[in-house]
Parts: sequence; C-alpha cells; structure tokens
Amino acid sequence: MTNPFVNQLLFAVVPYLAMFIFFLATILRYRLAPYSYSSLSSQFLENQRHFWALVPFHYGIVFVLTGHVVAFFLPQQILAWNSRPLRLYVLETTALVFGLLTVVGLLGAIARRLTVSKVRAVTNGFDWVVLAMLLAQVLLGVFVAIFHPWGSAWFAAAISPYLWSLVRFSPDLGYVAMLPVAVKAHIVLAYAIIGVTPFTRLVHILVVPNPYLWRRTQVVRWYRAPKEAA
Amino acid sequence: MDVRSQVAMVFHLDKCIGCHTCSIACKNIWTDRRGTEYMWWNNVETKPGTGFPTRWEDQEKYHGGWEVHDGQLQLRSTSKTKTIFNIYHNPSMPTMDDYYEPWTYDYQHLFNAPEGPDQPTARPISMVTGELIHIEAGPNWDDDLGGSPVYAENDPNLKGLSAEQRAQLSAVERLVFFYFPRICNHCLNPSCVASCPSGALYKRGEDGIVLVDQQRCRGWRMCVAACPYKKMFYNWNTGKSEKCILCYPRLETGQAPACFHSCVGRIRYLGVVLYDASRIEAVASSTDEKLVEAQRTLILDPHDPEVIAGARKNGIHESVLESAQRSPVYQFVKVWKIALPPHIEYRTMPMLFYVPPMSPVMSNQAEGTIHHNSEDLFHDIDESRVPLQFLANLFGAGHEGFVRYALRKQKAVRWYRRALTVGDVEMATAERMLREADCSPAEAEAIYRLTSLCTFDDRFVIPPMHREEAIQMLEDPLEHKQGAGFGFVSGPRRGT
Ligand code: SF4
Ligand code: SF4
Repeated sequence: MTNPFVNQLLFAVVPYLAMFIFFLATILRYRLAPYSYSSLSSQFLENQRHFWALVPFHYGIVFVLTGHVVAFFLPQQILAWNSRPLRLYVLETTALVFGLLTVVGLLGAIARRLTVSKVRAVTNGFDWVVLAMLLAQVLLGVFVAIFHPWGSAWFAAAISPYLWSLVRFSPDLGYVAMLPVAVKAHIVLAYAIIGVTPFTRLVHILVVPNPYLWRRTQVVRWYRAPKEAA
Repeated sequence: MDVRSQVAMVFHLDKCIGCHTCSIACKNIWTDRRGTEYMWWNNVETKPGTGFPTRWEDQEKYHGGWEVHDGQLQLRSTSKTKTIFNIYHNPSMPTMDDYYEPWTYDYQHLFNAPEGPDQPTARPISMVTGELIHIEAGPNWDDDLGGSPVYAENDPNLKGLSAEQRAQLSAVERLVFFYFPRICNHCLNPSCVASCPSGALYKRGEDGIVLVDQQRCRGWRMCVAACPYKKMFYNWNTGKSEKCILCYPRLETGQAPACFHSCVGRIRYLGVVLYDASRIEAVASSTDEKLVEAQRTLILDPHDPEVIAGARKNGIHESVLESAQRSPVYQFVKVWKIALPPHIEYRTMPMLFYVPPMSPVMSNQAEGTIHHNSEDLFHDIDESRVPLQFLANLFGAGHEGFVRYALRKQKAVRWYRRALTVGDVEMATAERMLREADCSPAEAEAIYRLTSLCTFDDRFVIPPMHREEAIQMLEDPLEHKQGAGFGFVSGPRRGT
C-alpha cells in the first residue's frame, strides 16, 4: 500500500466515489421507492436473542460512531481533553468497551440470523454482505484500538486533517501515508460501507425519527385543510 | 368547541352468530399477501376466551393503551424519551408466538409421493420458513371453546368474578359463551398514532379513519405494542406495520366496508357522529367510573343549532351533517345508551360500540318441572348466565351500571313487543318494565325497528366523502390487484 498510485486511488478517489454513490442512490431510492425504507426488524419473529444481540450492538455502534464524528468536527477539543493522561485513558477505555460491545452484539446478531430459521427466511444476500462488512470493520476498529493505542489523539492529529482536506477538495495524502496498515484498511472499508449503504437495509439510519421528539402527540391529516377556527 | 366528524360503528352482539363471514371477507380482500397471512384485521372471538393474540386484554403483559400519571395522560408502552432507548428492541412487542405461525400444506406430496403401503398425506408447512411444522395455534383457535379450562378460564375479563360465578361459567350443562367480533376501533385518542416515531400513522381529518402511511412507516413497531386492542400488525416480510383501513376505498365510493357488507347476522351499523375534538384529552383523563359517560359527552347532538354552526365553521359539508343526523350509531350510543365502548379504561376513546348480549335465565328446572322466573321482571338480568361483572369488565371499565342499563332496556323492548304481537304478556307489565328501564313506547318501537327490521340503508348511513378528486380514483383499479392496497401502484416488496 505504499505504491503512490494505489494510495491515490484508495484515499483520494474512492472516498469521492463512495460519497457520490451514497448521495445519488439514497436520494433516488428515497424518491422512487420510499416503501423500501424500513428497519426491516425481525424482532416479531424472535424476541429473546434479538434483545441480547441488537441492544449491545446498537448502543455500541452509536457510541463509537458518535466518537468518530466528534473527533472529526472537534479535533482541537479532543486534543485538549487528552492533555491529561488520566482523561486520555478514560476516553480510550470507554471507547474500547463500547467497541467490544459492538463486536459481541454483532456476533450475536450473525449467530441469530444463522440459527433461527424464521429469521433466516427474511435474510437476503445483501444482509450477509452488510453483516460481513460490519464485522470486518468493527474487528479492525477494535484491533486498532488495542494495538495502535491513543487513537483519540492521532485521529485528531492525522485523520481529521486528512478528512477535512477531502472536504476542501484538495486531498492531502501526507497524513495517511504513514498510517499503519490496519488503520488504512479501516478507512477504506469505511468508504466501501458508505458506498453500499444505499443498496442495503442500512438506510434506516438515515430515517431515524428525530421529529417525534417535538411533534404533537396526535397526527391528523386533512384531505382539504380545515378552515381556520376563528 | 372544535366539531369534527367521525365514521363510527356499532356491533349488536345479541345478533352475532359467530359465522366468521366478516373475517373471511376481510382476509380475501386485504391480507392474503406474504407477511400478512397471520393478520386478522377482523376477527371474531369466543368470550369467555383468550382471544387473538392470546390474552390481548392482559395489559400487564402487553402494556397497551394509556394510563393517567399525576393527572397526565401517558402511553403505557412508550414515551418520547423511552423511544430513544427502545427503538432497537421494543420490550413490549408481541411476537409471532402470541398470534400463530401461518401454514399451508404440502399438497404436491399427494401427487409426487412414491408408491408405498400408505396413502400419502399433505403435511403442514410453515408459510414463513417453508419447513414442516407442528401446528400449535391457528386463526380462531379457541372458537366455541366456552367452558374450556385452557381458553375460557384464562380470559382476563374474569377478574373480580366470584369463584361461584366462575364455576357456573363452565358447569357442563350451563356453560355459556358469546361472540365478540373485533376490528380496529378507529379511536379518537389512538395510542397507535401517538406512539409512531415516524409520524406515519395518522387519523384522517374528514372521517376519522386511522391509517398507516406505508411510504413513511419504517418498521419501528411502537404502534404494535401501543394499541391495547392489538389491532396493529407487523408485516414481517415487508418490515411495515399494517392495520384495518375500514375499507376506505369502498367507503369513498358509498359502499359499506366488506365485513359490514357481508355480515350474516346483520349485527353491524355504521354512521357519522360529530364530536368535540377540543375535549378529547380531558375526557380521556377521567377516572374509570366516569369514562363511559364522559365519552358520550364528546359525541355532539347533530340537531343542536350550536353544533351545526360549529360544524359549518370547521368546513364539515352539509351532506355529512345530514348524514350525521340520520346516523344509527348516534341513536344506539347517545340517545338509547345501549351501545357501549369496549375496554374504555384503555383510554383510546374507541369509536366502535357494542350492544351487550342478553343471556337471561328465563326458567330453570327443578325436580323435573320447568319454573319460569319471569314475574320478577328484571331480576334475571342480574342472574344472567354471563355474569354482569364479566360484561362490565368488557364494556364498562368494571362498572356494572352501564351494562345493566343496556340489558334492562333491551329486555323491556322485547317484552313490550311480545305484549303487542304475541299477547301472552300483560301490556301493563310491559309498560311498567319500559318505565323502569328508562324507555318510552316510541323509543322501544325505534329500537325494535333498528334491531330487527333494519334494511341495508338503515344500518349503513355512509356520508358522501367528497374525495372525488382523489387521484387514486383516476387510476385503473385492476392495476392495484397485486399492490399493497394502500393507494400506490407497486408491489409490496421487501426492501433490502
Ligand atoms: S384500535 Fe388500536 S389500531 Fe385502531 S385506532 Fe385504536 S389504538 Fe389505533
Ligand atoms: S359476519 Fe356478522 S354474524 Fe357472522 S361472525 Fe361476523 S359479525 Fe358475527
């Protein structure tokens, strides 16, 4: 992966390609086939193992992903937080715990899909692709967390500037060139996951129902708007 | 006052013969697709019995409906904050085991079986997995099993009955049951709508029909847990929730819903009621014993000039107003007060009402002779074979008064008609009964006519829906045949 062309391809072309596919396909899918946007939950078919797999997985992944996003947007604040070793340890350990939670949940989900026949009946090829990619990605993440410690520090120092250089459309590969292979793989796999998202059940992340928190409790739809009560 | 119109319903339980024609009519039209096989938007239960899904009335288990906490109306199963944590796994979600696993039979085996010493049989296979299954429950599984120790004795409505009453319900020669047909109640305070994180569930402003916007449903399944009547169903194949749509495409073209239309016992009535939307929350927060009466006050008199003015102000069409004035539901619920809401204590303000069934002990046998008990006029109501307390748990939030009132009036009407036509009952006695049952001869006559002589047009007073401009109507209905039946023309395919 030291070949400059490969580097160029993976870290300066693939991300744009992935984002392009992501935006185009999710928007088209949302407009042409809104019916297909669903969490496709299988809880109705099997309840118990669903709890032990899907709850740890979701709590874990939501925490870990939020961490990545925060580090992307607020690298300086993260570095400031890390300026005292104790706080660094706390952050790293928490992140690792949630990462492990994700792995455990994901393994549970995969095992459930393999062994519960009713759930298998509603599983398709895309689901397996998604699960395999997620598992690889999460395992890589945990591997990085353990063997290349203080990720919260070097993410802010190296990855964040790299990602921002992508946002500014002037990819600066200087930051990534020196990264360990596992980290590079983690990054490329992330692009791959973003690229396949629109074709899988992962789109349910995009329709997380935040307006519920502030809408009125009851919903009434009028065919014709009622006259304003004077 | 915020006057709105609602298509409301009455089921006259004394007339239901338990034929399940209604369920089949509905199934054939709406729920014969993959993922919906197990759904029965209309089902008919035997009471006492455990119902569908099993023991759905046990809210300790299912957490459906609303409860009042410090004067605040709250969903039992969820809340805005709880949704954030429960969206990954809904702790109150029933599973397929609470309903049943749909199956078909391996008919091919009848043709393809190799020659052998036995006749080949068609063994049951699951419609979910395609594997052979052992059938443990099915649609309508406890049909007619009144008195059964497995089903009847586990009815949640037996709460508060004395041991003697319970024993009487299942004594071999006296066991008793009646039918309880159920559809979505198209509630005024629907907990399904209130629980939907996506805002996909909604109540139609013009007629109050509660629908799921299939394009916006994301399968978060909060509604399935929140509906106390378990009339929200999760389509396990498409990952969307579905429910009774009160056959709105039929209503919009002036036809009665399929289950109403096909009802053999002619027990079903449908008509518009006007209600005051501004007071729903206040009424739904009333104490248990006030709920039935409070809900009646929500329903407004369509002849009252003030109500009419309010309706006009809200844009309710004259033809709908006129339809509300002829509504059979208004008569049963508000004027005669003999139709009662099911489980009003769930506080969703259901808009389907039931006339409770009669099961009086008219005579009993002692030492080989039949003794008529009827001289005592009403005492037999209290000694009904179905204990009043049981009916009260179903239709009066546990309070017998409403049920007793409805049954006494029904009985008085029968005696009055009997005095008129058969003549073996003193008219003076009949009139006294009417008086005691809070009923005038004219009212008795009207109840009799709408109960016994009712024509199609008496039972179904369908308002013009004024949705003529709706775009769906311009499309070819045949194109919808393979569609989901929700007003868009694409097959209900599972998203990836
Ligand atoms: S019966 Fe259930 S599904 Fe129907 S409107 Fe009421 S709460 Fe909603
Ligand atoms: S069709 Fe009518 S009479 Fe027959 S079971 Fe249904 S509600 Fe009862």
